[in-house]
Amino acid sequence: MNFWTVMIDRFPYFMSLLLKGAVMTVTVAAGALVLALVIGLLIALLRMSRSRLLSGFAYVYTEFLRGTPALAQLFVIYFGLPDVGIELKPVQAAIIGLGINGSAYLSEIYRAGIQAIHRGQFEAAFSLGMTPIGSMRDIVLPQAIRMMLPPITNFSITLLKDTALVSVVAVPEIMFYARNLVTETFQSMHVYLLAAAIYLAMTIPMSRLVAYLERTRRAWQ
Amino acid sequence: MTAQLPGAAGQRPLLRIVDLYKRFGALEVLTGIDLDVARGEKVSILGPSGSGKTTLLRCINYLEKPSAGRIYIDDVLIGEKLVNGRTVHLSDRELAKERREIGFVFQRFNLFPHLTALENVTIAPRKVLGQSTEEANERGRRMLEKVGLGHKLAEYPERLSGGQQQRVAIARVLAMQPKLMLFDEATSALDPELIGEVLKVMRELAEEGHTMVVVTHEVQFAGEVSDRIIFMDHGRIVEQGPPAQILGNARETRTRAFLKKLADR
Amino acid sequence: MPRLIEVYQDNIRDWFPEMLAACVGTLKLSLVAFMVAAVIGLLVALVRISPSTSTRWIAISFIEVMRGTPALVILYIVYFVPPQIGLTWLTLSSFAAAVCGLALQGGAILAEVFRSGIEALHAGQKEAALALGMTPAKTMRYILLPQAMRVVLPPVGNYAIGLLKDTSVCALIAAPELMLRAKDLASSSFEPMAVFCLAALFYFLMSYPLSLAVRYMEHRLARHG
Repeated sequence: MNFWTVMIDRFPYFMSLLLKGAVMTVTVAAGALVLALVIGLLIALLRMSRSRLLSGFAYVYTEFLRGTPALAQLFVIYFGLPDVGIELKPVQAAIIGLGINGSAYLSEIYRAGIQAIHRGQFEAAFSLGMTPIGSMRDIVLPQAIRMMLPPITNFSITLLKDTALVSVVAVPEIMFYARNLVTETFQSMHVYLLAAAIYLAMTIPMSRLVAYLERTRRAWQ
Repeated sequence: MTAQLPGAAGQRPLLRIVDLYKRFGALEVLTGIDLDVARGEKVSILGPSGSGKTTLLRCINYLEKPSAGRIYIDDVLIGEKLVNGRTVHLSDRELAKERREIGFVFQRFNLFPHLTALENVTIAPRKVLGQSTEEANERGRRMLEKVGLGHKLAEYPERLSGGQQQRVAIARVLAMQPKLMLFDEATSALDPELIGEVLKVMRELAEEGHTMVVVTHEVQFAGEVSDRIIFMDHGRIVEQGPPAQILGNARETRTRAFLKKLADR
Repeated sequence: MPRLIEVYQDNIRDWFPEMLAACVGTLKLSLVAFMVAAVIGLLVALVRISPSTSTRWIAISFIEVMRGTPALVILYIVYFVPPQIGLTWLTLSSFAAAVCGLALQGGAILAEVFRSGIEALHAGQKEAALALGMTPAKTMRYILLPQAMRVVLPPVGNYAIGLLKDTSVCALIAAPELMLRAKDLASSSFEPMAVFCLAALFYFLMSYPLSLAVRYMEHRLARHG
């Protein structure tokens, strides 16, 4: 059939470019994830602080970033910041944009994880003579981390898919190359299906990982 | 082996189980059970876990489909139909009609959490028997009062104690006016201090003449209330007879060993 | 910062009504996509829990593919591919393509939500209903589905919020909604910062009430049965 002849003929060419894009996709996602993990922790701590000002700030931060589309945030950072004198390269804007957006979601995951650890754990640790910091470090945090692994992995899958958006701020990732290929060859079906396949090759194993983590977490509980 | 039935001799049994087998894969849980229960008779089934007593009960209302054997209610074969000369099990949809006449009280109550106590009791009369809301509410109220929960009509199950929930479950069954009532370890999931209130209700039902098959660990209760006690082990009926005989002077060594273990607990 | 205030003072009278009108497009798109996604989700969920393994597998593949692919890719395929390969009957307007693309992914997401709602029900519930003489259909209607609804409402609410934000991606296939309007305004006015911040504010004003509603719902459902 026509579909397959084209596919077999053009496959190496399409894939060479799309895979180049995939490397950038993973790079952007990884960078944004690290940023989100760090900032997210900070925001979570602010949110749980006793100061009304700090926790209020964290609340507004989280609500606003989760209540607005990632695309809008990307546009503000990439197109808007030059207005006020901050010029970012596309990849930088992408990582910062997705990272900040992600930090809002991760802060909620952190909060839920820490609060979910039963009060009784603290009490048991204290009655054994541990300090608050010690109990946090040795008892609560290890449990919290194990519990947060599934939602954080889930978030990473979402993040990976969101990198498709940064193609519009000229980051040479999968969709960027895909769109160029389509303009060049008019083979939109092949190109976009291949692009989808590459994303699936990354996201499906990750969702298996999440399922595995949730199973072991439940058993261990 | 069918024992002598109490009451008028020659009267047909309400429940007749013939040569019942149940296999789960390679595991044979019931091996050739024969049992007759007369109208108005109370039968208790005792036995160690794994003896198949719960499976037997669940086969009667076809929550488990027997691997072989036949079950009759009032001489009517239930659970199966003839298709092209072969007998096949009925689907849940077809079984619904037959199950109306059999009441089942679960170990874990299985109340419907999104309904109040009264709604739990009236939903089946309304949706299955087609009763009007007034009719169903009237009867439901009476049944709940009967089990001592007339003041809890509007409560949701999560606000009721285990014993109260089980009593609502019993009222729910009574509202359907079943011919036969099955109790699957009705008190095993309850805290000790709540067991009494449920046994009290069951005792009253027995006195009123309901036909009851009770799987239980409460040996004393079984002795007080039953016309006949059956001891099961490894999927077979080992021994059966009147309480005085079984509890006081059982013939089989296995029966005596089991009863002794229960007494020692 | 002061310059930003100036920019707003100059332009807000033009921008505000235009963006507000575009918000209608966003809400319309969200609503239609949500309804189609709910229908697809329910159907897929029912196929997903079917006892036959081969039919189940169809639903599972659909769910995995739709959830694992970025919305943008799905939208591109739905919008750009049919005209290019000559399928004129499948060539959709940007609005229809947006609805389709969002609903396909949404259906997959909701299918999993609905399925976990149905499976969260204790097996004993079904047995109790059957033991009382209810047919499987009545059991589903009066006992299982009402309970599943309660489990399912918060995640469905959260999906709706995500959907609202995802409509912004449809700007990239020229669907009539807020982000498209914002892009136009930003390029024609040369004030991207001001325009996009304003657009973000509009999105926030649309999604925040929904978030509060979902949180309120979660709170109420957690309290009683």
